[in-house]
Amino acid sequence: MRFTALSVTLFATGLLGMSAAQAQTEIQWWHSMTGALGDKVNEIANGFNTSQKDFKVVPVYKGAYPESMTAAIAAFRAGNAPHILQVFEVGTATMMAAKGAIKPVYLMMKEANQPFDAKNYLPAVAGYYTDSTGNMLSLPFNSSTPVFYINKDAFKKAGINPDPAPKTWKEFAVAAGKLKAAGQSCVYSTGWPSWVHVENFSAWHNLPIGTKSNGFDGLDTQFTVNSPEHVAHIAMLADFAKQGWFTYSGKRNEAEARFFSGECAMLTSSSGAQANIRKNAKFDFSVNFLPYNDAIKGAPQNSIIGGATLWVMSGKKPAEYNGVTKFFAYLSSTDVQVNWHQSTGYVPITNAAFEATKKSGYYEKNPGTDIAIRQLGNKPPTANSKGLRFGNFVQGRDVIEEEMEAVFAGKKEPKAAMDEAVKRANEILRKFEAANK
Amino acid sequence: MEKRVVFKSAWLPYALLAPQIAITVVFFFWPAFQAAWFSFQLQDAFGLKTEFVGLRNFVELFNDSHYLASFKITALFSALVAVLGIAVSLLLATMADRVLRGALAYKTLLIWPYAVAPAVAGVLWAFLFAPSVGIITFALKQIGIEWNWVLRGDQAMALVVIASVWKQVSYNFLFFLAGLQSIPKSLIEAAAIDGAGPLRRFWTVVFPLLTPTTFFLLVVNMVYAFFDTFGVIDATTQGGPAGATQILVYKVYHDGVKSADLGGSSAQSVILMVIVIALTVAQFRFIERKVHY
Repeated sequence: MRFTALSVTLFATGLLGMSAAQAQTEIQWWHSMTGALGDKVNEIANGFNTSQKDFKVVPVYKGAYPESMTAAIAAFRAGNAPHILQVFEVGTATMMAAKGAIKPVYLMMKEANQPFDAKNYLPAVAGYYTDSTGNMLSLPFNSSTPVFYINKDAFKKAGINPDPAPKTWKEFAVAAGKLKAAGQSCVYSTGWPSWVHVENFSAWHNLPIGTKSNGFDGLDTQFTVNSPEHVAHIAMLADFAKQGWFTYSGKRNEAEARFFSGECAMLTSSSGAQANIRKNAKFDFSVNFLPYNDAIKGAPQNSIIGGATLWVMSGKKPAEYNGVTKFFAYLSSTDVQVNWHQSTGYVPITNAAFEATKKSGYYEKNPGTDIAIRQLGNKPPTANSKGLRFGNFVQGRDVIEEEMEAVFAGKKEPKAAMDEAVKRANEILRKFEAANK
Repeated sequence: MEKRVVFKSAWLPYALLAPQIAITVVFFFWPAFQAAWFSFQLQDAFGLKTEFVGLRNFVELFNDSHYLASFKITALFSALVAVLGIAVSLLLATMADRVLRGALAYKTLLIWPYAVAPAVAGVLWAFLFAPSVGIITFALKQIGIEWNWVLRGDQAMALVVIASVWKQVSYNFLFFLAGLQSIPKSLIEAAAIDGAGPLRRFWTVVFPLLTPTTFFLLVVNMVYAFFDTFGVIDATTQGGPAGATQILVYKVYHDGVKSADLGGSSAQSVILMVIVIALTVAQFRFIERKVHY
């Protein structure tokens, strides 16, 4: 065998290239973003990777929120958890209680001497993820809130002026009747039924979801979503379903596709759905505040966030934490945040990103894009509208949604269903309390 | 003179058995033991704290009306899947057995669905029956049937039963076809000469001779409905709406994996294990007696 000078050189450079690649510290980032959002996640990781040479962030899609959290729990038990894990807001209490499994973000930042001040983050967002002493435990990433979308073309076709969109559920019912009469096959649908119609309904009307400030003040909290106001709201939806004004689409965001395909004329779902709606809708739509019940005093209050934060898992090498710190700093930088906010519809997580977007005139040019953030800050948050922190709420929310489904299917009375939801969900809370005392 | 082949070696039989025993121990006994052990414990999601709680997980389960409802749903579901699966495939097998031309093509097509993974079968039927966009949904709407299995429990159940049966029919079909072909033609001809019509020939001659096959398939189909249909349910209804398709094995997965309640989930799998053992014993002790071999 003969080696030419060229092939030897090529071989040598190949080796060099390889060792350079190996010197890079890899940071695993497990997330749950699909479609346009998934592309954006990859874009951010690429942006960071090309901005420096020492670290390489590898985003991995691990299924929907509950699945990626499960996958991370299993990986942690097996001793190979990712560095960064995107966890949805209902998993917050579970993550906070898992003290040995997580590395609090404020601590990691402090150890790496990275300046980090929770005050730079929007209060409505940061408040949800800080402990009782004001330390931020996870890094807010994609925060959203449910908003109300209407298909303006469908409204016009039904002879309704789409501006302004219905503000109260009473106005909503009038519009729904007209849309139905005009032959709209699906008048209204909703994504995330419990998040929109129980959790945010509570905050929006300043009603408690549970005792102990929605669980912020202790594990011995109990649900209160069977109040007369809650039951009346579920009963109203059940009545809408009977009239053919409300079509149930499922527990996740299935309803969003039915809205942007034009099948459903109205939708309540995450403000984060805007990216996909804008990409797919072939009609004129508007984004609005959630409708409220004007019979309840003080409404509307403010809505609460959903979406997810980035948690750092424990037991990694200092060099790796160093990389995570650098990445988080990049992620929170104003440019990245402004771009993320404007292209996805998620709220900007830092004050600087919000101010920069406002100054650029983006909100005037793109009506509707500031709805989420205005709704979150509609009034100063109360104990009922600061957020929620319930253990095993993945399961608790499932229970609430199961009972809602039974009502919408006409199998259960609203009062009986919500009583049962509270009873079953409280049992889950007690179990969590026992396992985490 | 001894004609049987005898292995004189003392260790060879054990050595030959060892791989099988190792697999059984690693993949069955060990996890089963772990499940039994976890069922007496209360653990947080990440396994950082563990507490021995005795029978509390079991007590909680039997006080949970939804767990008890899951029993009824499982019974209904597995009965539907086993009976429909066997009935449809028996019909298809008798038909295919009579086909003279192109028999191979028919048989191949009928066996095909068996190669489809349960999750894929589920997704396939979920597409056909999708609320608002499915082809069958559309057709049903034309004849005035509102189809929305996302909300209607009975329709969701119908969907998972159809998908599960469709997948299992091929397997049953194969066994029935083999069973039919092993029935001596002379028996059927004799019955025909005695003046028995096709239906009578089937019920008095063919079907009794098929009972061993039917019994075997009944056991296999029950086990299939209990465990293998997980993929179908996970890909379509995920146990919903309002728990209408939450069969026991899906609830084990849901509580253990999705809700990270390892203790409660392990207790359920222990109960499930007991049920399956009891069912198998019952089937072999009582039903087998009526089977002609």
